[in-house]
Amino acid sequence: MNEPAAIVARSLTRTFGKTTALTGLDFEIMRGELYGLVGPDGAGKTTTMRILSGVMLPTSGDALVAGHSVIKEPERVKEKIGYMSQRFGLYEDLTVIENIHFYADLFEVPTKERPPRIDRLLGFSNLTPFKDRLAGNLSGGMKQKLGLACALIHTPQVLLLDEPTNGVDPVSRRDFWKILYDLLREKITIFLSTAYLDEAERCTRIGLIHAGRILLEDQPALLRRSLDIRMVEIRPDNIRRAARILEEIQGIAALSVYGDRIHVGLGKTDSLQTVSGALESRGIRIDSIREIIPSLEDVFISRVARHD
Amino acid sequence: MFERIHQMIVKEFAQVFRDKRMVLMIIASPMIQLLMFGYVVTTDVTNVPTALYDLDKSQSSRELARSLEASGYFEIVNTPESPEGIRYLLDRGEVSCAVQINRGFEKEMLKGLPSPIQIIADGTDSNTAMITVSYAARIAARFGLDASKVALVNRERLPGVDARTRIWYNPDLKSRNYNLPGVIASIVMIVGLMLTSMAVVRERETGTIEQLMVTPIKPFELILGKTIPFAAIGYFDMMLVTVTGVFWFDVPIKGFLPLLFLCTGIYLLSVLGIGLFISTISRTQQQAMMAAMFFYMPALLLSGFVFPIDNMPPVFQYLTYINPLRYFLVIIRGIFLKGIGFSLLWPQVAALLILGITIITLSTARFRKRLE
Repeated sequence: MNEPAAIVARSLTRTFGKTTALTGLDFEIMRGELYGLVGPDGAGKTTTMRILSGVMLPTSGDALVAGHSVIKEPERVKEKIGYMSQRFGLYEDLTVIENIHFYADLFEVPTKERPPRIDRLLGFSNLTPFKDRLAGNLSGGMKQKLGLACALIHTPQVLLLDEPTNGVDPVSRRDFWKILYDLLREKITIFLSTAYLDEAERCTRIGLIHAGRILLEDQPALLRRSLDIRMVEIRPDNIRRAARILEEIQGIAALSVYGDRIHVGLGKTDSLQTVSGALESRGIRIDSIREIIPSLEDVFISRVARHD
Repeated sequence: MFERIHQMIVKEFAQVFRDKRMVLMIIASPMIQLLMFGYVVTTDVTNVPTALYDLDKSQSSRELARSLEASGYFEIVNTPESPEGIRYLLDRGEVSCAVQINRGFEKEMLKGLPSPIQIIADGTDSNTAMITVSYAARIAARFGLDASKVALVNRERLPGVDARTRIWYNPDLKSRNYNLPGVIASIVMIVGLMLTSMAVVRERETGTIEQLMVTPIKPFELILGKTIPFAAIGYFDMMLVTVTGVFWFDVPIKGFLPLLFLCTGIYLLSVLGIGLFISTISRTQQQAMMAAMFFYMPALLLSGFVFPIDNMPPVFQYLTYINPLRYFLVIIRGIFLKGIGFSLLWPQVAALLILGITIITLSTARFRKRLE
């Protein structure tokens, strides 16, 4: 039997005055997926999140979340989702446990189920020892975990996380992801946005969003291979000059500098020799040159370059 | 539903009482305002420093001076010897009133002729000057009347008007008794306005409102949860200043207290409604505070608290009709000073109810669970 999709977006468009934040977004997310909306700041990630959570109306188009339209039944949507806004949205002058109780009440969690649920949430987020601490006095990582705990108090089917690990240290980020994987095992659908490409790799599927459009959408591994250009990593002796020379070559799809290396995307007709020849003829010594599997960042940059 | 409202209220109280500035605003600011008005802002005229320029130097002129002083309104601090002396004293502000008794005062009085005296008042403070002059005139008239009665003891009665004034409701004409109910009304207004508007805007400012919007909470639950705590605080402040006023400043309450509390509730409806409305048009707490002040100042001026509404140009008189403070002032003064009841105050109560319900409805309609 075909399971209905957890989230369906149908040509979602949103404008703010004269600026267009989203242009006809279409996607479908199945139950149990961990979908990452990946893109730079200002790409439209937060707008998408807000529309999906029912707190912002799209200018046109519609979305079904957990089977309900965000336009027609936003309140039904809200019962079935957990949402974490980009800014810490909890009360800093309330304690950890007070925040949790507050949301438990707003979602009308039955009194009987409360103690075991709260214990579990505090347990998996490692917040038990801090439950009487004011939320404002928690570290960035702990705040995010508390946000997650509050978003999960009513056992939602769909979890919407807007840049949940923004500004969180690497160790806490790893903890946070471990929790997400645990949730995935319970068949919760997770839709998150991130600007970190290393995080995108951890999703089951990602969509690259840029300037209000989804440019690409697939599993991270497939996306990397999907690139119809070949990536080459070059270590020249004079990196700045080399980069300038490479930019002049026709058919170069993407170019980015990482420390002492340059990643270059080659067009179909170019070969390694074209590149090395061009550089050496201008007096650049090449320490090493090899073809590599493109990283998500390479994919993203080449796509954005092509789009612009 | 009740669960949600209840939890909102609990949360609101917790937030208010954990914020020391808020606690200060709730307790200290009404008390300071009350004490200021109670002690400092008094329009009573007593012990006016007075210069006496006595050219007659007779028994009668001395008696007149004594009766001026005995009234308690005048205090003769200087006795200049020339008209220039009067000018000098008034110019320097050493006296704000001067009384000149001409030569022949006693003689003319004994002859039964009108014997004029001159009263000069410093008109830079027009209000005080008016009151001073009228007090002095009254004392002089009485003095003249008493003198003629003595003179007429053995003769037939003279026809004449004997006007006897009596002041009702506030017989001592204590301005404090008149001001204090107004102070209570204005304190309830400013505290209610500030707290309500800031409490909603704070959620917007800190971003918690977004998280609140994704819960199934209904707008009316949110609004009740936001207003009930501040209504309670408004009541608390009202009682705080009332009790202090009654026990510290001896302001009498003639009317029925429960009626006052009922009317306070109706008054709070519109105050909190305006606070909510301000919160729907402000993005930051500073903006909300500015907007609250922007409403409060004209509301105070157009309420009849300081300046009588009857003296205002018609346009402004119409404006006072949408000012809840105007109605509540009539109610609170009526209950405090006159001891009147609902049978006389119902028009004000009805006006407050209509205003309150209108404003609350308007603010609730503007309150959306969506971001723009």
